[in-house]
Amino acid sequence: MATIELRQVEKLFGDFQAVKPVDLTIKDGEFVVLLGPSGCGKTTTLRMISGLEAVTRGEILLDGRNVTWRHPSDRDIAFVFQFFALYPHMTVRENIAFPLQAEGQSKELIAGRLNEVVDLLQIRRLLNARPSSLSGGDQQRVALARALVRRPAAFLMDEPLGALDAEFRETMRAEIKRLHIAQNATTVYVTHDQIEAMAMGDRIIVMSNAEVQQVGTPAEVYYEPANLFVARFIGSPGMNLVPGKYQEGVVHLAGGNEYPVPERWRRSLTADLSGEDVIVGFRPEAAVADSEAGLTAELYADELHGAHTILHLSLNGRASESIIHIRAGRGARHPIGETVRFDLKPEMVRFFDPHTELALQLEGNNG
Amino acid sequence: MASFAETGPRTPVTEGIRVDKVHPRARLLRNIRAILVVVVALIGLVPVFAMGLTAFKSRADVVSVPPQLIFEPTLEGFVFLLTERSQMSASALATAQANEEELSLFERIALENGQRINGPSDFVTRLRNSLIIAGGSTILSVVLGVFAAYAFSRFDIPGKDDLMFFILSTRMLPAVVVAVPLFLMFRQIGLHDTHLGMIILYTVFNLSLTVWLLKGFIDEIPREYEEAALVDGYTRMQAFFKIVLPQAATGIAATTVFSLIFAWNEYAFALMMTSNNARTAPPAIATMLGRGGIEWSAIAAGTLAFLIPVVIVIFALRQHLLRGVTFGAIRK
Repeated sequence: MATIELRQVEKLFGDFQAVKPVDLTIKDGEFVVLLGPSGCGKTTTLRMISGLEAVTRGEILLDGRNVTWRHPSDRDIAFVFQFFALYPHMTVRENIAFPLQAEGQSKELIAGRLNEVVDLLQIRRLLNARPSSLSGGDQQRVALARALVRRPAAFLMDEPLGALDAEFRETMRAEIKRLHIAQNATTVYVTHDQIEAMAMGDRIIVMSNAEVQQVGTPAEVYYEPANLFVARFIGSPGMNLVPGKYQEGVVHLAGGNEYPVPERWRRSLTADLSGEDVIVGFRPEAAVADSEAGLTAELYADELHGAHTILHLSLNGRASESIIHIRAGRGARHPIGETVRFDLKPEMVRFFDPHTELALQLEGNNG
Repeated sequence: MASFAETGPRTPVTEGIRVDKVHPRARLLRNIRAILVVVVALIGLVPVFAMGLTAFKSRADVVSVPPQLIFEPTLEGFVFLLTERSQMSASALATAQANEEELSLFERIALENGQRINGPSDFVTRLRNSLIIAGGSTILSVVLGVFAAYAFSRFDIPGKDDLMFFILSTRMLPAVVVAVPLFLMFRQIGLHDTHLGMIILYTVFNLSLTVWLLKGFIDEIPREYEEAALVDGYTRMQAFFKIVLPQAATGIAATTVFSLIFAWNEYAFALMMTSNNARTAPPAIATMLGRGGIEWSAIAAGTLAFLIPVVIVIFALRQHLLRGVTFGAIRK
């Protein structure tokens, strides 16, 4: 298999910067997810790796080999498209055999490999069908088979589940994950669905506005977002971000709330903030409703999500501002408008500088 | 009588249709509409039908008033069309009549008019010229058109829009305007009255049509298919032949028919740019009028013969045409 290395890779469409210079190393056998909202440059990045899009500047290395200006067919990669791109005038069998025919392989080898992938994906019954007669999930299985059959050095997948029904999506997500474990092939996977990214990736590369925002494991991007964008984008609902003013160990929040900053964060806040302004960030599950707790907010709405309830709280009693979401047990029942008291788990609270939009780092971590 | 709204239709509805369209009155209207369409189609076919009949009529039947629907069919028209004949003298006529069994079908028909067949008429050559020129120019313009259309559809060509408009603009001048300068140029370089000259001329005129039509069809084929082929290990040329062409088959068929019909029917240029060697059927049929009285049955026979090749092609490509003529209307 292969490593993929991007060195200062950049893409301009005319004057429009689609991808700002990015450095990236994808390790052998790694499953990397490029995550971001539409138009953030993630698909363009993937297409540059495949050679379907030429880079403006920078270099792309596959297994140490500089392939920046190599023809797509010369890179030994497979691409899975969002809309499958199965050749409509060929049967499933012909579709899967097509990449091997390009290499001029013998009939025996083609038949052998075909059998292998067909069994792996359990699509033998589809072999003589035309792609248009298949369900979305089956079409995607055939597309995966076509990608697998050549045993390429790396797989590139461009929102492969985006065109599927919700029901199929979960099934296929598991299938792709299992395939990756079985094949252990380097995979770059593009999606705008953060749940998919969290579920599948060994590492997630969060992109926005043509720039890489953060690279990290799913746990890292979830618990340690590098900036406000990642904090908002990851999670459903995203991280609560409450603006306040920091004064001597206490953050003053809306509605007269005062949040005492945990001891270990105080040095960072004092040293790194450019002024008094600070944004307190915490995940919905970091809040604990407790009648003795120090923070108060008014219940604005609640949603039962089956296993738990999401409470929408307003810190200052006004509907459109300062809404935070906290997670409570499914038994939690409060009338609308009631005051709810809650506390935050100190290890799950993060702080952001509203001017740089970056997360503050713990001083202790650095030395 | 209970109203339809309460009882519903007598037989279960087994088609995709709006509720009110199942009402008996709506069904009646639908049938009337269908009948009207058939009637209009039939009215449109009347001249063709009349032409078909005329081709098999004798001289007397052709001019009889009112026109006869039932008559004794004869191949006279075809004999007049396809052969050169001369009037026989009285003695020759007598000999010929005595040996009638030895004569071929065509000769016997000519004999009834007291004529001898001297050889094939040049209409056969005209028809062959038409086939060569229309066929050649159609193939050439579709082949060139499909490559050009692909390039226009997929590549960033500088001045793409201007070029496309330029190609279209070659169709904007009426033939009469360019006919005289073209005639002079063709005569100068020796293309006048040659098959090659006519093929080039029709190809150029058809290119605007084929490029524009085919570009529309190729635009509809998602790029992903080619991109998939590219990463699957094929060159762009291979991807074009293996992936794009098969999917453009419908468009190519429709374009072929349009282009063939133009080249086949073309009259003005053929009249000016050809005289004998490369003269095509349309001007030949028209000039038949002037030869010793109007041979209506021969003209009808000529038109019928002229119609057949196009009908065959359209029939052969009919499956593609239905989707082809509605191009752009249906999203896959």
